[in-house]
Amino acid sequence: MEQFFQQLLNGLFQGAIYALIALGYTMVYGVLRFINFAHGDVFMLGAFSAYGIHKWLGPALAWMPWPLALFVILLIAMVACAAFGIIIELLAYRPLRARPRLNVLITAIGVSLFIEYTGQLVFGATQRPFPTLIPRTALANTGGLTISIAQVVVLGITVALLVGLRFIVMKTRMGLAMRALSLNPTASTLMGVNNSVVISFTFGLGSALAAAGGILYASLYPSIEPFMGVQPGLKAFVAAVLGGIGNIPGAALGGLILGVTETLVKGYSQDVGIPSGYSEAVAFVILILILVFKPSGLLGKVEREKV
Amino acid sequence: MKPANLIFATAASVFLLGLSGCKSKDGDTINIGEVAALTGGTATFGQSSHNGTQMAVDEINAAGGLLGKQVKLFTEDDQSKQGEAGIVAKKLISRSKVKALLGEVASSKSLEMAPIAQSAGVPMISPASTNPKVTLAGDYVFRICFIDPFQGTVMSKFALSKGWKKVAILTDSKQDYSVGLTEFFKKHYTANGGTITSEQSYGSGDKDFKAQLTAIKSGAPDAIFASGYYNEVALIAVQAKELGINAPLLGGDGWDSPSLIEVGGKAMEGSFFSNHFSNEDQSPAIQKFVKDYQSKHGGKPDAMAALGYDSAMILFDAIKRANSVDGPALRDAIAATKGFPGITGTITLDADRNATKPAVILAVKGGKVVYTETITP
Repeated sequence: MEQFFQQLLNGLFQGAIYALIALGYTMVYGVLRFINFAHGDVFMLGAFSAYGIHKWLGPALAWMPWPLALFVILLIAMVACAAFGIIIELLAYRPLRARPRLNVLITAIGVSLFIEYTGQLVFGATQRPFPTLIPRTALANTGGLTISIAQVVVLGITVALLVGLRFIVMKTRMGLAMRALSLNPTASTLMGVNNSVVISFTFGLGSALAAAGGILYASLYPSIEPFMGVQPGLKAFVAAVLGGIGNIPGAALGGLILGVTETLVKGYSQDVGIPSGYSEAVAFVILILILVFKPSGLLGKVEREKV
Repeated sequence: MKPANLIFATAASVFLLGLSGCKSKDGDTINIGEVAALTGGTATFGQSSHNGTQMAVDEINAAGGLLGKQVKLFTEDDQSKQGEAGIVAKKLISRSKVKALLGEVASSKSLEMAPIAQSAGVPMISPASTNPKVTLAGDYVFRICFIDPFQGTVMSKFALSKGWKKVAILTDSKQDYSVGLTEFFKKHYTANGGTITSEQSYGSGDKDFKAQLTAIKSGAPDAIFASGYYNEVALIAVQAKELGINAPLLGGDGWDSPSLIEVGGKAMEGSFFSNHFSNEDQSPAIQKFVKDYQSKHGGKPDAMAALGYDSAMILFDAIKRANSVDGPALRDAIAATKGFPGITGTITLDADRNATKPAVILAVKGGKVVYTETITP
């Protein structure tokens, strides 16, 4: 039984990180109806910028307590990646804004590959160790269960970002503009919304979230390389679709379900004769089943096409 | 660009490509192909073995080349990707007209190359693929390292000699190497009184192993045999410590990379793995190699570098003896390799085109890989 609870916890923390990446994915989709495939690569850049900042500010960070150092690094990396996201939008997506959505989608795949291979050229192909920003020591007094400080911090930051994002979208003027744009871009322009500013802001915010995800992911799995964003990006995309793409709490829920399913399959599939290395296949079959019965995702709205 | 310009540009580049294609056909060099994973999940394998191979090529060229010609090395990166090694091997044979192929380190990749080399009649020497199936592809496929039935036995004997009677196994189900090594370890270990508490697997590229490790922890093993590659093993070690598992990790030559300790850090302490060579070995030949390598590439050579060097040197030796680079003649000369003094030991190829060599057991101590013992077959 204890093992089962440990597996549930493992899944919960794994899910939290998927949820964190899925937030940015789903927000950009919610506003622009466009899947930004380069999200996973901004995630990678987030981890690498944290690596760079840690090297650059090394002595200054050394005397800070770790939560402060983590905060400083997160902040600088998120701002840098937000700027990067805005530049990507400006150079790659803005010229295509009036074109069919498929063009932008394919461009996004191109941008993703461009960042990955440029990363490989600049950072090199070998894995690098990620500095220990959050202590990986176990919390005491948790009975037979093991929970590390890093896991708790990741969960905490995910929840905080989820609440913060919900606040921005629901309670601020910028959020109102984002929702208006999502509903009808032409009408929102007529109401005095500057669409370009709103879209830039959306990309900046999404990229900042991706950067945070990258840093926290690298803190849990301390080896970084230019392709590290591909797999988590895919998982986060699935989590976003599962929760109902465009829906922020849905992304969080989807991430958690994906994480827990995957972990439980890994932990127990051996008992029914499926090697745990095939867990992804099993987890994805379960996801397909969910989508068969709920095609718009768990919390997604069913949209009727008008004929 | 206007459509007309585009057509012109395409035509011009096709024409230029054609020209350069003709140029590489000239006969004053001996073309050797090398397939290595210079990027991707096993990047340090390819980079090290390439450094070693390049060193051998430079040495032979400085000494006047082979058969009065200079040796030209064509290196292709397979990006550690499934399927890519076969594609680049074909490209090397058909485009670069290579007379022999060197590579790959990972068994899955060598298994892709082997049938291609065999059907093209181009001899292939793998420096470090230990899965027995590699050389079964045919009589043009060779290797200069020991094979997994031996390596698995070595680690099993080592575990038993340490008094570890209960071992859990963690296999990379996407790698032929890891699957094979696990199989041979298990066979010897269970036949000699050991118990396997749990058998778990994962896929290359995975980052989270907590689920498998939690299942392993409940069996309270004395040690964990992780037969995969360094990239995942380092993260396995970190997460095992996080879950409070203090059993040492055991593994094979797939651990051999500077990344193992860079990423794994303190969590790797007290782990053991078998390997082809130790750069701490004080024999003059090895120390000379270590010194030459350091002055050329920085850093100390790992086993993949030494094997890359040896594989090229054995090929050159065979070309000299065959006095030709024709497929069948070269194949027979490589097969006749006997008592070749390599960096990784004396190399004699047996009837199955494998080398029989001793293995060393290395330990991770104080953030360094240190030599523990040598086990002879």
